[in-house]
Amino acid sequence: MTTRIDTRFAELKKQGRSAFVTFLMGGDPDPATSLAIIKALPKAGADIIEIGMPFTDPMADGPAVQAAGRRALNAGMTVTRTLQMIHDFRKGEGSTPVVLMGYYNPIYIYGVEKFLTDAKAAGVDGLIVVDLPPEEDSELCIPAMKAGLNFIRLATPTTDDKRLPAVLANTSGFVYYVSITGITGSAAADSTAVGAAVARIKRHTTLPVCVGFGIRTADAARGIAERSDGAVVGSALVDALSGSLDAEGKATAKTVNAVADLAAALAAGVRSARQAAE
Amino acid sequence: MNSLPNSFRSGPDARGHFGIFGGRFVAETLMPLILDLEKAYTEARADAAFQRDMAGYRKDYIGRPSPLYFAERLTEHLRDISAASGRAGGAKVYLKREELNHTGSHKVNNVLGQILVARRMGKKRIIAETGAGQHGVATATLCARFGLECVVYMGAVDVARQEPNVIRMEMLGAKVVPVQSGTRTLKDAMNEALRDWVTNVHNTFYCIGTVAGPHPYPMMVRDFQSIIGDETRAQMQEAEGRLPDSLIACIGGGSNAMGLFHPFLDDSSVEIFGVEAAGHGLDKLHAASLTGGRPGVLHGNRTYLLMNDDGQIQDAHSISAGLDYPGIGPEHSWLHETGRVTYLSATDEEALSAFQLLSRLEGIIPALESAHAIARVVELAPERPKDHLMVVNLSGRGDKDVPQVGDILKGRRK
Repeated sequence: MTTRIDTRFAELKKQGRSAFVTFLMGGDPDPATSLAIIKALPKAGADIIEIGMPFTDPMADGPAVQAAGRRALNAGMTVTRTLQMIHDFRKGEGSTPVVLMGYYNPIYIYGVEKFLTDAKAAGVDGLIVVDLPPEEDSELCIPAMKAGLNFIRLATPTTDDKRLPAVLANTSGFVYYVSITGITGSAAADSTAVGAAVARIKRHTTLPVCVGFGIRTADAARGIAERSDGAVVGSALVDALSGSLDAEGKATAKTVNAVADLAAALAAGVRSARQAAE
Repeated sequence: MNSLPNSFRSGPDARGHFGIFGGRFVAETLMPLILDLEKAYTEARADAAFQRDMAGYRKDYIGRPSPLYFAERLTEHLRDISAASGRAGGAKVYLKREELNHTGSHKVNNVLGQILVARRMGKKRIIAETGAGQHGVATATLCARFGLECVVYMGAVDVARQEPNVIRMEMLGAKVVPVQSGTRTLKDAMNEALRDWVTNVHNTFYCIGTVAGPHPYPMMVRDFQSIIGDETRAQMQEAEGRLPDSLIACIGGGSNAMGLFHPFLDDSSVEIFGVEAAGHGLDKLHAASLTGGRPGVLHGNRTYLLMNDDGQIQDAHSISAGLDYPGIGPEHSWLHETGRVTYLSATDEEALSAFQLLSRLEGIIPALESAHAIARVVELAPERPKDHLMVVNLSGRGDKDVPQVGDILKGRRK
């Protein structure tokens, strides 16, 4: 089954470049602004859009993403509204893949089968669920594959060669390599080490390997894009968003552009990687 | 209800499940470490030298066995209540004195075990989360004893209400990190500890304080705490020549309760009660996950949790910082659904009354956590006959709660 994610990577391969993958928290700082931001992302150069599903207890997220989740929850974001937002986004945009990223409990409580049906209908292409390792594949990963959604797994520096096959076994769409052991938005990724890690993962899979955590600038994005199939940027975009808010944490006239402008700059960095690599 | 197993003591299965509960719901970064830990613990458990080591420290460092004490005046008081209502009963109440352990609670039993495992694994840095601070104090103590770096995460609210324990941890050389995120209580301290672990996974051992978290923690912590029930069994045989008729313990995550209960789970004659914190009341803010929650996934395991309809975790509340947690160990969730253990609750007010009652009748100031169990003993014991043997786990002493309870009582005198 070919998904939007597969199609996108096939196109990028033809163009000979890496993907620019954006992450923002769904509903941050409020559902309407959040929708306006994700609508602006494809034009700004995002090749794949990851949308966070807010959770009260995000154990692998750093302060920026935690705060974004709290803003979204305070603004009334729910799983249902997240799916509605994707549905609204899809009205004007058919080709950019959307990946939902979050924690398992809200999905479990929504109901796994109902969630997969509704997510597919809303136009979601893939899922990243931080707290579902391969040991718990029967919970969501296998049902998601059956429902035609990619289940994208994180690989980390602690995922050694012995463990990689287990991590990759039911992964589809792409592999998300977390370049550091740590929470989102912490230390900067070392592009040399990343290159070696990507090469190591590619010995085990034909899937594209995207790299995230610790990428904040166009230069850093280019460095990662040269050594992988995609660069994922999250905390830097979330910081741009939060920096545009008023004293009460509400959206201002600058909010959408603050995110879109940074995304455009990062996208330019990723797109320049091809030339740099040649 | 699930069909009943042949034994209530055989869990978890190879994947860490007690029925549908338990499991390993953690970020990939942690999985290799958790698998290493499972291997290290499995080897340690089967190693006679490890068991010998642990037995030695239990005896000479912790001061075990802890006494099983017949609470004569409490028993008389409860018999008077029974007589006044025309029942002429009143169980014989024994206290399992975990508060006499070094560091003042049952927590040290588990920390000793985990630190010995951490040493086998070559880990030099220990992190822990704490609510009331008893687990933090125990961890800081054992880290001092074995020369290990110790970082303790504690919600900022708990730092304020448990100041004596914060001072103790710092005196013992630990770094106490006040957690400002979320509700600034135990669950947020656990999130922060997990974030630290994800970041420092190469040299850090996470010493979890209760029978929760990803497999193998619920099993491992239960095994280390089962010394409570094992000793109770032998001590009751010696005192009365038979098994107790009922057991009762307070439940936050549920480690002191699991430790007392587990060796008795297959003795069908033994009634078992767990007491959750009902806070301001079950229809208001509370921390009674089994009574007021439903199954969900948090902090690495599936278990009963307090949450809203969208799966967002709700704030828990208890006067006792150690019970102020929106979840419970997965084995308790399973024991609840199988019906083997009966789970009750006690409010803040009931715990406060029980705190004062035990202090005045027995000269023992209990931890506010343990006072929740005493609160239900006050109701259960008068209903039982005089030959009924009831054991209540006195999980910790109340020194840490003296300033907090003192303030409350002073406020009421005004």
